[in-house]
Amino acid sequence: MAAMIEVLDVVKQFGTFRALDRISFSVAEGTIRAFLGPNGAGKTTTIKILTTVLAPTSGRIKVAGYDPVREPTAVRRAFGIVFQDPSLDDELTAYENMQLHGVLYGVPRKELRDRTEALLGFVGLWERRNDYVKQFSGGMKRRLEIARAFLHQPRLLFLDEPTLGLDPQTRSHIWEFVRGLSREHQVTVFFTTHGMEEAERVADDITVIDHGRVVAEGTAASLKDQTGTGTLEEAFIALTGRDIREDAAGPADRMRMMRRAWRGR
Amino acid sequence: MRAVWILWLRQIKRYSRSRSRMIGSLGQPILFLFALGFGFGPIFARAGHGNYLEFVAPGIIAMGIIFNAVFGGIEIIWDRQFGFLKETLVAPVPRLAIVLGRTLGGATTALLQGVIVLVICLLAGFRIHHPLLAPLALVFMFLIALVFSAIGTAIGSVLKDMQGFQLIMNFLVLPLFFFSNALFPVTGLPAPLRIAVRLNPLSYGVAGMRDALAGNASLNMVADLGVLGALAAVLLGVSSLLFSRIEV
Repeated sequence: MAAMIEVLDVVKQFGTFRALDRISFSVAEGTIRAFLGPNGAGKTTTIKILTTVLAPTSGRIKVAGYDPVREPTAVRRAFGIVFQDPSLDDELTAYENMQLHGVLYGVPRKELRDRTEALLGFVGLWERRNDYVKQFSGGMKRRLEIARAFLHQPRLLFLDEPTLGLDPQTRSHIWEFVRGLSREHQVTVFFTTHGMEEAERVADDITVIDHGRVVAEGTAASLKDQTGTGTLEEAFIALTGRDIREDAAGPADRMRMMRRAWRGR
Repeated sequence: MRAVWILWLRQIKRYSRSRSRMIGSLGQPILFLFALGFGFGPIFARAGHGNYLEFVAPGIIAMGIIFNAVFGGIEIIWDRQFGFLKETLVAPVPRLAIVLGRTLGGATTALLQGVIVLVICLLAGFRIHHPLLAPLALVFMFLIALVFSAIGTAIGSVLKDMQGFQLIMNFLVLPLFFFSNALFPVTGLPAPLRIAVRLNPLSYGVAGMRDALAGNASLNMVADLGVLGALAAVLLGVSSLLFSRIEV
């Protein structure tokens, strides 16, 4: 099977901090890969590099057969993404957010309308399509982002903690959809999560990273075998240790606080 | 092209839905119009320059435009912090198209704001002397909006958070406004100030607008148009270069 994602010896240096330290892995087309690691292990940095918004310091990368640094537009056409942080325009309606995405990705007008209706219906937001996103709850925003990521029918999907803040019903609904899509249309899925049970249930293979390096790779069963543990959660802790990691508060967090103060919420 | 259009439309929608911003940003020009326009009127007339309201109205309109335009560009910082920027950065669209859509959208809303200020000036007693030249004033207003919108986009591409916002307002936008011909005539100024005013792009826009609204057709207007047009093109290039370097 051809590789949809190939990462070889990739390094990302932020000043004196090495976020990715010669990381290598590959994901076969049509498979679902869980990308696990403690906070600050380098998961989001990896996804940013694969999705062309961050340039690697060194190393070789191919996404859908293209180099994200030299051929960013070709890579961007191939994938869809649900980011870890919100990425909707709050001042637009759900429908307008979908429309904007469809136009940016060159989806033909008529198809855009049909697909938007189908996808918003699927995530249960069609009735709310003309409401402003700022009136949505966290879970509704998440569902809208997931619907949006499918709109241009990508061959590759990046999901960075997509089910964060969703109730179990929505979670299983969405994972069923993702799995169905992967099986029927050979869509490759690359996702991160802190839910070990979710990773085990959804993913074909699992890559565990820590301190910017791959520490283990394989099916959930093989990871449990390797570590001589009974559950994936135990295997994960055996692989990455018990220390609690901390994420530094970035400018985004400070801004969010400022906005809250500003708007009096 | 559709990408430019949809991002332009986004700016228009955001503007038209934010009543408080629309009204809030009218406060400053209205304050200037009434405090300065009527306050300095008698002195201005006694100094032999004629009607101050006639003189200052184009400057006040320009003020309404530049604050809106710069702010519209700086909104990129908000988009960056609240995530929407990522959505545009991973889209298979040239960075130039994104910058064009945003900047044209910001310029259009700033122009609308300028037109509202113009209407308020008319209500306050300002007169358009030559209706045929008035459309030309709109062209100057749009070029001012475009130049400052591109400046805002460039700044928004470089700044990481809103903490630099005061710095930009107090050390760039306000000086550009005050050290221009918006509030006072250039003749008789001390040399350093005169040079500053001459180097200031806003001066060309205000001069052009003033001539168009007062009905003084002259070759100067062509020069003003050329300077502003060329500057707008250069600044659009600069801002799309800076925008393309954004990493989130």
